[in-house]
Amino acid sequence: MTDALLLESMAIVRVRRETSDTFTFDLDARPRGGFRFAPGQFNMLYAFGLGEVPISISGDPLKPAVLTHTIRAVGPTTRALEALKKGDPVGVRGPFGTPWPVDQALGKDVIVVAGGIGLAPLRPAIYSMLSRRQVFGKLCIAYGARTPADILYDKEIEKWRGRIDVDLEVTVDRGDPDWRGHTGVVTGLLRRFELDAERTVAMLCGPEVMMRFAARELESLGVPAACIYLSMERNMKCGVGSCGHCQLGPSFVCKDGPVYPLTKVEPLMSVREL
Amino acid sequence: MNPESLARSLAQHPFCKDLTQAQVEFLAGCAKNARYDAGEYLVREGSLADALFLVRSGSVAIESHIPGRGSVKVDTLGPGDIIGWSVLLPPFRWHLDARALAATVVFCLDANCLRGKVQADHSFGYAFTLQLLAAASQRLTHARLQQLDVYKAELR
Repeated sequence: MTDALLLESMAIVRVRRETSDTFTFDLDARPRGGFRFAPGQFNMLYAFGLGEVPISISGDPLKPAVLTHTIRAVGPTTRALEALKKGDPVGVRGPFGTPWPVDQALGKDVIVVAGGIGLAPLRPAIYSMLSRRQVFGKLCIAYGARTPADILYDKEIEKWRGRIDVDLEVTVDRGDPDWRGHTGVVTGLLRRFELDAERTVAMLCGPEVMMRFAARELESLGVPAACIYLSMERNMKCGVGSCGHCQLGPSFVCKDGPVYPLTKVEPLMSVREL
Repeated sequence: MNPESLARSLAQHPFCKDLTQAQVEFLAGCAKNARYDAGEYLVREGSLADALFLVRSGSVAIESHIPGRGSVKVDTLGPGDIIGWSVLLPPFRWHLDARALAATVVFCLDANCLRGKVQADHSFGYAFTLQLLAAASQRLTHARLQQLDVYKAELR
């Protein structure tokens, strides 16, 4: 990162529709010599003339030629980004924030717990672990979505499910008549994995309430709180801890997070004013 | 399966993890193995709750029939889960359907036998009910999270 406040313009090279309100675009990072980041980091994306939004990087860290983001269109800026096409420019600042503890998980079992669009920030960590699969213990992935139509990366999920060295379960809160998979909350899947709990690293991303429930469930299974990591979301603006918009107790999510160990954020998660 | 080996297998089920060996053997007196093919119903809503099921393998959908919508799945249960706390609670009727989604193997605990043992040995009854309560509490927590609809998009 050269200047954290300096915007770079990057062109969209590919757009994919994931669900009715979620899309993924790849930006061309070749003109700048590639874009290097650590799994879990995010960028500030600027829709020219409208505003910036913090979006996690959802692509493969080993493929720096493209910079990938998966975005849910829920507000004016994300809707403006949704309207962009191949060749259109997007402003990028980053990468910002703390990464998933992929290297701390070496030699240990790993459980990835994702809810909704929370799978996007975890995907780079999954790619990273799959690229050197043999140096980790078991790799378990629990993914929960609202409905079958809200499942992200469905083709990729099927590929991961087909691997003998990945234990993957998908559930939806609300099924439909055609849904043949699991129905129920993602926390209900966690007991199904056979993990060496005391030697497991957990990576959680999704709505905060889901992460709270999942963290409690993992603790009850014996996973140490210090080995449970969560990606927090607050109103990130500057990306460098200067503006204070994303303050979470004594820390700034954009700089000290978004990935925190549970031990650091658990006391703060129950403070309603935060 | 002879009673000793049935008790040994039953002891491996998570529902029995906090029961003593003597309590598991006592419980095994009500148990038998059962297998359900995909699509087969373990229980039907409204019918007599005549058994408690401890799922050993497979997958079971918990469903309710809604006129005009058909069977709506509210939960999926699997190995380690239990089905059927209605066996201890009057009027001893099932509140939902349970249907095997795949070939499913369960321990089937006879309801009359269970109720008799819970009455006859209060120490066993307490330990058994505590396990049932833990399972119910976990299921209730999941149902509450499901009800919160946490993935619904919020405008930012």
